[in-house]
Amino acid sequence: MTALGTPPRIAAKQRPGDRVFAGSAVLAGSLILATLALVAAFLVIQSVPAVTVPADQLSILGGDTFLEYVVPLVFGTVWAALIALVLAVPVSLGIALFISHYAPRRLAEGLGYVIDLLAAVPSVVFGLWGGNVLAPAIQPVYTWLWENLSFIPLFAGPPSGTGRTVLTAGIVLAVMILPIITALCREVFLQTPVLHEEAALALGATRWEMIRMTVLPFGRPGIISAVMLGLGRALGETMAVAMVLSATGVITVNLISSINPSTIAANIALSFPEAYGDNVSVLIATGLVLFAITLVVNAIARVVVNRRKDFSGAN
Amino acid sequence: MTATTAIRTDESNSFASGRLPRAAPWWVLAACLAASAAVFALLGAGAPIAEFNIVGTVFIGMVAYTIVIVAIARLVEGQRRATDRFVTTLVTLAFVIALLPLISLVFTVITNGLPRFDLEFFTYSMRSIVGEGGGAIHAIVGTLLMTGTAAVISIPIGLMASIYLVEYGRGRLARAITFFVDVMTGIPSIVAGLFAYAVFSALLGPGERLGLAGAMALAVLMIPVVVRSSEEMLRLVPNELREAAFALGVPKWLMIVKVVLPTSIAGITTGIMLSIARVIGETAPLLIAAGFTNNLNYDLTEGRMQSLPVFVYTSYVAQGTDAQAYLDRAWAGALTLILIVMLLNLIARLVARQFAPKLGR
Repeated sequence: MTALGTPPRIAAKQRPGDRVFAGSAVLAGSLILATLALVAAFLVIQSVPAVTVPADQLSILGGDTFLEYVVPLVFGTVWAALIALVLAVPVSLGIALFISHYAPRRLAEGLGYVIDLLAAVPSVVFGLWGGNVLAPAIQPVYTWLWENLSFIPLFAGPPSGTGRTVLTAGIVLAVMILPIITALCREVFLQTPVLHEEAALALGATRWEMIRMTVLPFGRPGIISAVMLGLGRALGETMAVAMVLSATGVITVNLISSINPSTIAANIALSFPEAYGDNVSVLIATGLVLFAITLVVNAIARVVVNRRKDFSGAN
Repeated sequence: MTATTAIRTDESNSFASGRLPRAAPWWVLAACLAASAAVFALLGAGAPIAEFNIVGTVFIGMVAYTIVIVAIARLVEGQRRATDRFVTTLVTLAFVIALLPLISLVFTVITNGLPRFDLEFFTYSMRSIVGEGGGAIHAIVGTLLMTGTAAVISIPIGLMASIYLVEYGRGRLARAITFFVDVMTGIPSIVAGLFAYAVFSALLGPGERLGLAGAMALAVLMIPVVVRSSEEMLRLVPNELREAAFALGVPKWLMIVKVVLPTSIAGITTGIMLSIARVIGETAPLLIAAGFTNNLNYDLTEGRMQSLPVFVYTSYVAQGTDAQAYLDRAWAGALTLILIVMLLNLIARLVARQFAPKLGR
């Protein structure tokens, strides 16, 4: 970089104001790292009793070991999040394409704002809606699925009378992560080089062929990371699941029965107010497991995004 | 190969032939919906179903439309255009499907929330109230106090951290902060609540729940959002402005305070408002860290503190003797919460539009 004749770098005069300002900026930045380290440290310290205290002294475990307690919860967390992803990803890709490539230009921004409104609704309101409106409305569908498709293990039934099943919780979660995935995918789709799109159209491609040949390959890393971020949100979502699901804490793939797996976050929210003594440590330990899972998922998403920055040339 | 033959056969009138008229999809859609409505009306008259089902009508109509338009396009325009029309229909349908929960949610929250959206709701707490009546003043006060404290903690930290990232940060520390801020945005809200609870039970003894812990949990969730949005805004400030200030001999810190921040203040304010809107609806961390109560509590450092989202949750989960009264209060609380969040969003967008950086030349 140093070309011939470049003057030597002159250090700026250090004023007290500069030192204070720069110092506090560094401090604030480091504080963030410290906070994250503290979160991990406190969770680890507080969850030690969950594994050291004998299981029969922890009433919340009900005679099981900690591992036996947490595995069904991990299964439920991942299961509910996967249901939400399966439902939300195709729809959000559709919406993102609709806003970026199908809707009339003038409408597009307004439509995007409408979808963003979904993201602004607090999760407790989603829970209230899911429990009081969606669950009763969708119950007949479960009965129908059971009567006609009960040979598939997913619909083995018997159907729940209230509709508060893991599938309902998954639908509510899907609605909640929809705006996140949509917003990210929309951004990525809009970044597709216009020349690529025009070249495809000029060769006689239909709109769908143009999208398949230029927009989707260009946006693939972005789509993947958007899906991972949506997964992270779905894994950690608490209230919507706690208020919609009637959980018993078992491992089952049955989507429509009244016996459902619980999720880590919902289990903490439901059990925490009554927990005492070392039982609290058990719940904090499950929280630590959730923290670890979401950390991994988010880190993978970020790595995918960051790698994309290098080769796409979009930025 | 098929493409070349298609072009050749179309050579006679290459622009008009082999295409459906522009209005064709709309006509097909109207016909399919009408047919579906007729079928349902007949079924209703013949009494196999109880009443006219509007959701079913639209659903069957849309399925019929998809099949008919694809079939017609296949016959008239060929396979490729038929696929194109199929995808167009699917993509549009996806958007409509996403609107359904939004409309249903807004509609139910408004209709169920209005009955108790009265003066009593905003002036009474739940102290010694068993059945009807009562209100959420304690929850509203708690929400304002805790969110306000969280904002006071996280805005300076978040803003200074973003200034560090944009103006000072080079090398490993900056990269680490960027990465971990991203990771921090993904912390499940309930984990933040557990963290605040763990900190305060280590400081004050186990089982302690207080407003300050709730504020701390919210701050953990809010800081990364503030950093992210402010960082983006600071990066938008053109380097020419910084260089011009330096050329006049302005010290770096004064340049940041007098040039960079005023230029980007609109965007930063918008980001902060949106981050407040995000944490004000958080339920789980407050349930864990601040607990719930029926009493009005103005003291962040002493005793449990109710908040609006937790009020909605507890009213829904622990329905007392008069279940409907509790449900009505829950819906009214939800309506209040949505209105607050929408208001914050609206103000944020107005600020962004009003005080947009004046960079025009």
